Parts: sequence; structure tokens; C-alpha cells
Amino acid sequence: MTTTFLVAIDGSEGSLRATNCAVERARAGQADLVLAYVIEWSPYSFNTPEELAQRHQRREEEIARAHKTVLDPVTASLKDKGVKVGTDVRHGHAAETLVELAKEHDAAQIFIGRKGESRMKTLLFGSVAGTLVQISPVPVTVVP
Amino acid sequence: MKKLLLAAPTLMLMSAPATAAGFDETINNATAPIAKWFGSVVFFKVPIGDAELPLVVLWLVVGALFFTLYMGFINIRGFKHAIQLVRGDYANPKDAGEVSHFQALATAVSGTVGIGNIGGVAVAVTVGGPGATLWLIVAGFLGMSTKFVECTLGVKYRNENPDGSVSGGPMYYLRKGFAERGMDGFGKFVGAFYAIGICLGALGIGNMFQSNQAFVQFVNVTGGTEESWFADKGWLFGIVMALVVGSVIIGGIKSIARVTEKIVPFMAIFYCVFALIVIFMNYDAIPQAIANIFTGAMTGEGVVGGALGALIIGFQRAVFSNEAGIGSASIAHSAVRTNEPVTEGVVSLLEPFIDTIIICTITALVIGTASVAEPGFALVGQEGIAMTSAAFEREISWFPIPLAFAAMLFAFSTMISWSYYGLKGWTYLFGEGQTMDRVYKAIFCFFVALGCMVQLGPILDISDAFVFLICLPNILGLYFLAPIVKRETESYFARIKSGEIKRYRHT
Repeated sequence: MTTTFLVAIDGSEGSLRATNCAVERARAGQADLVLAYVIEWSPYSFNTPEELAQRHQRREEEIARAHKTVLDPVTASLKDKGVKVGTDVRHGHAAETLVELAKEHDAAQIFIGRKGESRMKTLLFGSVAGTLVQISPVPVTVVP
Repeated sequence: MKKLLLAAPTLMLMSAPATAAGFDETINNATAPIAKWFGSVVFFKVPIGDAELPLVVLWLVVGALFFTLYMGFINIRGFKHAIQLVRGDYANPKDAGEVSHFQALATAVSGTVGIGNIGGVAVAVTVGGPGATLWLIVAGFLGMSTKFVECTLGVKYRNENPDGSVSGGPMYYLRKGFAERGMDGFGKFVGAFYAIGICLGALGIGNMFQSNQAFVQFVNVTGGTEESWFADKGWLFGIVMALVVGSVIIGGIKSIARVTEKIVPFMAIFYCVFALIVIFMNYDAIPQAIANIFTGAMTGEGVVGGALGALIIGFQRAVFSNEAGIGSASIAHSAVRTNEPVTEGVVSLLEPFIDTIIICTITALVIGTASVAEPGFALVGQEGIAMTSAAFEREISWFPIPLAFAAMLFAFSTMISWSYYGLKGWTYLFGEGQTMDRVYKAIFCFFVALGCMVQLGPILDISDAFVFLICLPNILGLYFLAPIVKRETESYFARIKSGEIKRYRHT
């Protein structure tokens, strides 16, 4: 049975470092990678009726954009690295959704980059990596 | 629906801003005879003793009673499941990003909760006595079943447009539903009839009435008709309001809508919390106020038409408030992408519960306890929202200002919702398309401004009448299509029980 590593991708520098780190570990341990992109979304937000009617269309666009602008370039850059790379895009709360995806893909580990934001900012806005460390059922590697 | 006042005495009671005569007088004179005739047809009243029963109210309440019995008290047995659905227990994580049950409910609720819940109830309690409250609750309870049927059908018979957006609502289920039963021509007729009705009705009840009352409130808190600088500046307020509405519905400036839609639910909660505080500040009046509701409902003491009069007024207020049977919420619910239309019906039965059973009842209790604590209170001559406001002011002196702010936001969110309902009627008639959309939206904005500028009693009455006229084909369609809904409901609940439809959370 192959092991799977889940890599949280958001297009940032940090997430690229996390990818590189995951690639190296994957090659060493014969693991597959799943690049996961979470689109921040809440089922409890409020919308106008018109937004509701167009929601399906918007969702498709958002997913297509995530693939095109973030995931596809990363996947392409990893083509010659000798690692099997899959992708997944999902709407939801970032940390919770990453946990959900890790469970679905039966991932052994999650890799995530950190932004290194100040304590004040983290206090105000929270940190995805920080939350993930708290709630993840599998080991999390936070890549600086 | 935020219909503040009862249909017939609208003209007498409405404190519309006084503006330069001339323009509005011309309009009034031209439209008054039509309005009077049309109103007397739609709101045809049968005298029973001293009370008068509008047939359209009877039509709605009988329908609601029928659907409650026919669906086996879905309003009770579906209630727990409705909360589970809203919480997202049955939401497949793979569908995240689509419209959630919570979002559909929140949008539909912000379209119905409004000035009527604050002011309309005050009118009902003044005219129908405390007893009207009990019948209001009963009608709200029955209305839950009507909502269930119409929202289930809305999802089942919606259209999915080539661009991925959806259009649904009574016009679609009436047309397709009757066509399925071999009544193609009749289906086309009632579908179009409904579309015209909602299109015109949206301009009044969901538009002019809202902007007009928002203006009245604004003038009240800025010094009243005598002192407020804005008192004779209806045109200014109207144009600003039209620009704000226009920037959202035409300009697509989502931020304004998003801010409002976020504030409105909190306003509703804020209102309920403060109402409860006010009720408990008069705690020694609570038992008497509740006793008055029951004795009033049975005896109808001091009410024109006695107990029956109280019953009619309570029922009327409920159907005006929660829109069950009018079909408007079905348009908003159609947007949810689900394989099970029944889920939307189940969720929607929470709307009359929130709107009528919770919010309207709380308002009635605020006024009820205030009138027990201060017996002459209800007789001071305050009407509608001013009376509710005064009941709050007795205990919390600064409350009229946030109340006016809440009323304006409620009015705004209702206009946004109804602009969409009207638009869907319009696109049903003229086809989907950017240009045609803009035409309707521009007309809509024009009426927003017009609502503040002129005293448009008769035009409002016509539009009111249209909204209630469309109950006729809608409920008729619901009777015809009820067996389909029943079949789907039984199948759905059987599959929940067998575990075929599984829970994703809280298992």
C-alpha cells in the first residue's frame, strides 16, 4: 500500500516551500502527493437571492481558476521529479477542510507552509497552520 | 411580507409623507376607481355577524389546513429534520461551495421578516385585541405546511439555464405541473398569470411600500413631520434610496448587499433579545397578558365581530406576514442544488415559524405586557410601528433609534429580495437576458424613488391586490400537485429511516 502525503497549497511562497519539502520526503519514502487547495467559504454566510441563483456557476469558475492559476503550474513543475501527484480543490474552512481531505485521501501526513505572521496578526486573524496542528488527526509538518 | 397595515384601511391609516399636491393627486384621481374596484374584487369580504372575512384569507387558511392534514402534520414531524438540514448534518462535503440550506433559509427569511413584524402586529393587536395573537400563531403554524409544499415544488420544477444559473418558482411549477397532468394550455395561462402578478406586486408591496415606510420612520426619528428637515424632502430620500438599491441590483455592488444581508439577521436577533428584555421588565404583567390572549381569543371582548373578528384579524396578519401561499419564497429556495426537492421544503417550514410564531408573537407580547402594565397604553392613539416603538420606549428610552435603523434595513433587504422575485416573473415572460433584466431593474429603482415622493394609496392597493390575486392560481396548483409532493415526501423520509440517505456530521 502506498503512503499519501497531503500538501496544502494556496499559491504562496510558503506553500511552494512546503511542496518542495513534501516532494523530497515522498521520494525518500515512496509516497504519492495530493496537492489540496481550499477555497475559503462558509455555508453560514448571507447572500442575496441573485447570488444564490448564480452560486453554482461561480463555484465552477472558482474551482477552474484554482486549477488553472495555482495547481496546474505546480503540477507541471513536478512532472520530472518522479513523484505521483494528484490534486483536489474543495470549498470550506481552511484547516477543517484540510483535515477532511486528509481523511478522504487516507493521508499519512499533512505538509503546510507557514506565513510567519506577527503575533498580533495571528491573534486577530488566526493562522491556518496553527489551527491545523491543533485539530489534525495525522502528523503535520509545518514548513518555515 | 412587510405589509404594515391591513388591506382595506390602508389609505386611512397610512402616514405617508405629505408632499406637494398636484402630481400625486393626478395619479390618485386617475387610479383610485380602478384600485377600489380591483381591491373590492380581490379582497372580497363576506360579512359574518359584525365581522368581515376576506375570501382570500379564507382561501389561504383553508389551503394551509388542508396541506397540514394531507401531509400528515409535516410542520411537526419535519421540524427536527429541518434543523438538522440547516445545521448541515446531511450536506455532502463534496458539494461544499454550492448554496447551503442555511443560506437559502436566511435569504428567504430576510425577504419576509420586516416592518410588518414590528408594526403590522401592533395594528393587528389594536384592531383584533390580544386574542388575535393566538390565531396569528395558529395560522403561522398551519402556514408552515403551505410553505413546505410550495418550496418543494419550486425546486422540483425549476429551470436550469444554459449558463448554470437557475430559475424557479410558482410560474414554473404551475406551467410544468399542469402540463404533466394534461392541462398544457391552462398551465401556460396560470404560469403567465402568476408571473405578471408577481412582477407588478413586487413594485408595491416589496418596493414602494417599503421605501415609503422607511422614509416615514426616518422622518419620525429625525424630529417628526413638524420639525424634521427631511419631512418635505421625500424626493431626496427617495433618490438616495433608489441609488443605493440600484447600485446593488444593477451595478452589482455586492458589498452593500452583503453588509445588509449580514446585518439583517443580527438585527432580527437584536430585536428579539430586547423585546424579551422589555417583556421581562414587565414580568408581573406577563401572566395577565397571556391570560388576555386566551380569553381574548375565545370571547373577543371589545373587538368588532367578537371572537370571530379576533380570529380573522389574527389569520390575516399571519398570512400577510409569512407569505405562505403567495409563493415568493419558493423563488428564493429554487436556487439550492439538491437531488432531493423535499429537503428545501422541510427547511422552508422554518420560515413561518421564525417570522410569525417567534417574531410576531414576541412583538404582540411586548405590546400586551405594556398595555397590562399601563391600562391606557393602547388607547393613546399610536399606530403601527409607532405603537411598538412606544411600548419599547416605556422601558428603554433610547430604543426607538435602533428600532428605526432596523426598520430601514429590513425595508432595504426586502426590496433587494423582491426585486429578484419580480425579476423572475419578468424573465419568465420576456426571457432571460442582460438587457431585459436591466429594464426591469431600472423600473424597480424608479418605483423606489416614487414610493417616497408621492402618496400613492391607490397604486399601492392595486399592487397589493396583485400579490393576493396570485394566491389563487398558486394554491390551486398546490392542490393539484400535492399528491406528487406527498409521494416524494414519503419516499424521502423512508430513505432517511433506512439509512439510504446518510448523515455526514453529528453521527
